[in-house]
Amino acid sequence: MIEIRHFTGGYGSKPVLNDINFDVNRGEFVGIIGPNGSGKTTLVRTIVRLVRPFGGTIHFEGKDIRHMGFKELARKVAVVSQSPPVVAMTVKEYVLLGRVPHYGKLQFFETEQDVRIAERAMALTDTLPFKDRYISETSGGEIQLALIARALTQEPSLLILDEPTAHLDITHQVSILDLMRRLNRELGLTILIVLHDLNLASEYCDRIVLMDRGRIRKTGKPEEVLNYKDIEEVYRTVVVVERNPLSLKPFVLIVPEEVKKKCER
Amino acid sequence: MLLAVTFLLAAGLYALSSGSAGIPVSRMPSIIREGRGSPEFSILLDIRLPRILLGFAIGGALSLAGVILQGMFRNPLVEPYTLGISGGAALGAALCIVSGINRLFPDFSMPLFGFLGAFIVVLPIYVTNMRSGSLNTDGLLLTGVMISFISSSLVTLILAISRTEHLQSIVFWIMGSLEEPSWALILIVASVSLLCLALSYLFSLDMNALSLGEEEAAHLGIDVERTKKILFLLAALLTGISVSVAGIIGFVGLVVPHFTRMITGYDHRTLLVLSFITGAGFLIFCDTLARTIVSPVELPVGVITGILGGILFVYVLGKRLRTGQTGVS
Repeated sequence: MIEIRHFTGGYGSKPVLNDINFDVNRGEFVGIIGPNGSGKTTLVRTIVRLVRPFGGTIHFEGKDIRHMGFKELARKVAVVSQSPPVVAMTVKEYVLLGRVPHYGKLQFFETEQDVRIAERAMALTDTLPFKDRYISETSGGEIQLALIARALTQEPSLLILDEPTAHLDITHQVSILDLMRRLNRELGLTILIVLHDLNLASEYCDRIVLMDRGRIRKTGKPEEVLNYKDIEEVYRTVVVVERNPLSLKPFVLIVPEEVKKKCER
Repeated sequence: MLLAVTFLLAAGLYALSSGSAGIPVSRMPSIIREGRGSPEFSILLDIRLPRILLGFAIGGALSLAGVILQGMFRNPLVEPYTLGISGGAALGAALCIVSGINRLFPDFSMPLFGFLGAFIVVLPIYVTNMRSGSLNTDGLLLTGVMISFISSSLVTLILAISRTEHLQSIVFWIMGSLEEPSWALILIVASVSLLCLALSYLFSLDMNALSLGEEEAAHLGIDVERTKKILFLLAALLTGISVSVAGIIGFVGLVVPHFTRMITGYDHRTLLVLSFITGAGFLIFCDTLARTIVSPVELPVGVITGILGGILFVYVLGKRLRTGQTGVS
């Protein structure tokens, strides 16, 4: 679905991404991990043409994205970023904004179908019960769900999420990723997700991309990428990698300095 | 919507009926039917009506510019004059008066110079903030404020060194007035502001998306840079034309958009039209007060808009805060 070839790009004149080669296939659930500043967010922003390319190409469904309009792209790729709206609007109003890329040239108001699509997205994300509340009156977990509902209202074939679980408790983390998994398996939505939490990435992603200083260090199944050697080198932190006894996926444990010293002795 | 239109009509009728010669609304149809000739007829159609029309156009234009800029900058404190356009226009007008050109072509020279001044100021603001094809919003605001300061200092300089008879006309021009003898000019302003309303409406959804932030708007498929440029130019045109014809009438472009947003919410599809209508009604009303309150002396309309608008705004804001509603814009 997405093919990135030799992509180099960044902000101003400073390249943030270096020679990126990376594919996402239809129906996949791909996670991007890496330390702060390694270029994860920049990588997902390049896919929606927000990063200036210095070289290389990005194709979406065989089409060069530089030749696609912003609107055309927004009908196919939806992004859930880390910024909730600050404007006083209700959840429903916010979710309906997801229809904007689908409006005709002289169309100003949503049709019944637009409202139906928005309501279906809200039903999928369990946001219907508080649809008339103002965004400022909802909790962090609810806002995240509203952001996802808006993205689904765009009816994308690729959904990009940039750390959707940051600042959430484990209940909400799991429920949001379970939802992503359901959308992926049942509706065939392709998902590209940036995650800080290595263990969440391990449990949910089909494939993981490990980034380091603007380059892709490794891609593969969770058990291939999440080994202590690669993780220690990229994150410069001592870790222990074990297996989740139920899912058999790898999970990464950190080791505090004190414990480390004790073991060395 | 209905409320705003009613307010506009009421303000219009009130403005028609009051003045040094009070003409009750009930008598108006018969006066108009009788046609030209009666003194009341010429008071209504030649003195009061043009003024009302100009108030409609300018009040609407300023409020519309305010809504556009506040939406674009996502900053509730921005108003049409923040961009330095008014400063440039004032400078142009002051130069026109001091140089004596206004006596050569009395009808058109002041608006023309005002508009030129506004245009000359907007140009450097626009150019300095265009880098690699993207319009820098924060920079736009800062340069606008700085240019405002510079041009107001220059106007003060002109005031300090100019002769007394010039002094008064400059000060009166700067304070703003809807007194405008030329029908042609009034019609130009009215049609430009209505045209801008129609044009800006084409971008109402883009502005809704922009209220989420520029990045989010881009995610929704909005060509952010193009939209910002067009909106900026629209707002500059609206402000420039208002200021050059009517001088600097403050507060309308700040308070009316706020006020309307409090009532209707964030949605620009209603906000644009409603602000235009409310602004038009508000300015007509204020102008009528300015004409009649200490008649026969006419107060500068900016004084009334400032006092009335400010009090009304603080009252509504206080009421909202007390009822616990937050998140103005």
